[in-house]
Amino acid sequence: MALTVDVVLAGIKEIVVEVAGIDAGIIAMDKKFTDDLDVDSLSMVEVVVAAEEKFGVKIPDEEVTKMATVGDAVNFIVANGK
Amino acid sequence: MSLKFTPQTQNARILSVGAYRPPRVVPNSEIVGRIDSTDEWIQQRTGIVSRHFASADESLIDMAEKSAHIAIARAGLTAEDIDAVIFATISYPYQAPSAATELLVRLGNTKAAAFDISAACAGFCYGVALANDLVRNKTAKNVLVMGAEKLSDFTDPDDRATAFIFADGAGSVVIGPSDEIGIGPTVWGASAETREAIVLEPSYLEYKNNPGKLDLGWPNINQQGQTVFRWAVYEIAPIALRALEAAGLTPETLDVFIPHQANDRIIESLVKSMKLPESVVVAHDIRTSGNTSSASIPLAMDALLAEKPELHGKSALLIGFGAGLVYAGQVVELPNKPKTK
Repeated sequence: MALTVDVVLAGIKEIVVEVAGIDAGIIAMDKKFTDDLDVDSLSMVEVVVAAEEKFGVKIPDEEVTKMATVGDAVNFIVANGK
Repeated sequence: MSLKFTPQTQNARILSVGAYRPPRVVPNSEIVGRIDSTDEWIQQRTGIVSRHFASADESLIDMAEKSAHIAIARAGLTAEDIDAVIFATISYPYQAPSAATELLVRLGNTKAAAFDISAACAGFCYGVALANDLVRNKTAKNVLVMGAEKLSDFTDPDDRATAFIFADGAGSVVIGPSDEIGIGPTVWGASAETREAIVLEPSYLEYKNNPGKLDLGWPNINQQGQTVFRWAVYEIAPIALRALEAAGLTPETLDVFIPHQANDRIIESLVKSMKLPESVVVAHDIRTSGNTSSASIPLAMDALLAEKPELHGKSALLIGFGAGLVYAGQVVELPNKPKTK
């Protein structure tokens, strides 16, 4: 399955719901992990590792620090995925 | 030329554990003012509610001495019976001579073999590995393995990444001869390509080469939290399982899990990744002790045995991991109930 924005966003939603225990409905491209979704820096590591497994993509630590919004993460995975 | 060496071997075990925590308890409320944080935030991020800080006139060796006296007495031994001291620390403020030899002087036994090791939060498990081999090969009879830190001397109280994590304390064990195998094989190694993730800097030479340069500051621990968290959770779990397997145990047959007390979130994630069943007792000493680096595992061991005396003699998986990045893990049989108090 091609890694389109829609596909990756749906996957990230599943992961964030699992890690942060929040409602999928409030997760959108413009939401900030820390401020809007209660994903702190350590939970962010869990999200990133789960995303790496799910999409078969490597997300270096220096990229993680740049990912403020859900859209940042989705776009990185789409651009760098197979 | 042929050298004379007669191979000898015997079994080894942890005979006793001793712990010393400085009396001053520091709650999060004392830390938060300088880092614009809250008690709730620190607890949520690390599980830490309070920690112990040594007073200004209480040295690393003061703490180590108190811990050592307890461990040696509980083994039913005296200081003269100790013939080697392995001291794991990153907070002894001298390059030479070693912390281990200062401890010998305090113990009134100045003749034993003594040296320090620098393996940070893995230092205690590195020490257990070395002591086990020394006793098994009869190079030494009774080895004191000390993990002691005064990290409050090397932590920036204004650093939002570390000020609430690191703390002070001293924990030690005596490892000596045993009828049965009391220490399993050690699984150890490094991820040295990530050695910049936790550093204590600047170096001495930077002060020498930049005289009067005030903004160098005092050498403090700097830590890249996310990098360390990722490594600790996702790389260490399989290593801990290898140590368990090497000792012939499974998660179902293990009694106790005592990981380095780095962060309660790391401990919870390790338990989850390793699929440890609820029957395994897990150490969470970090909640009231903070991260005491090399001291954290023996401190946690002592606390568990005090709280649950029925755990004496049970199997425990130890895993240390930290600056280097380095790691070491092994299964041990916890000490039996002390012969003396």
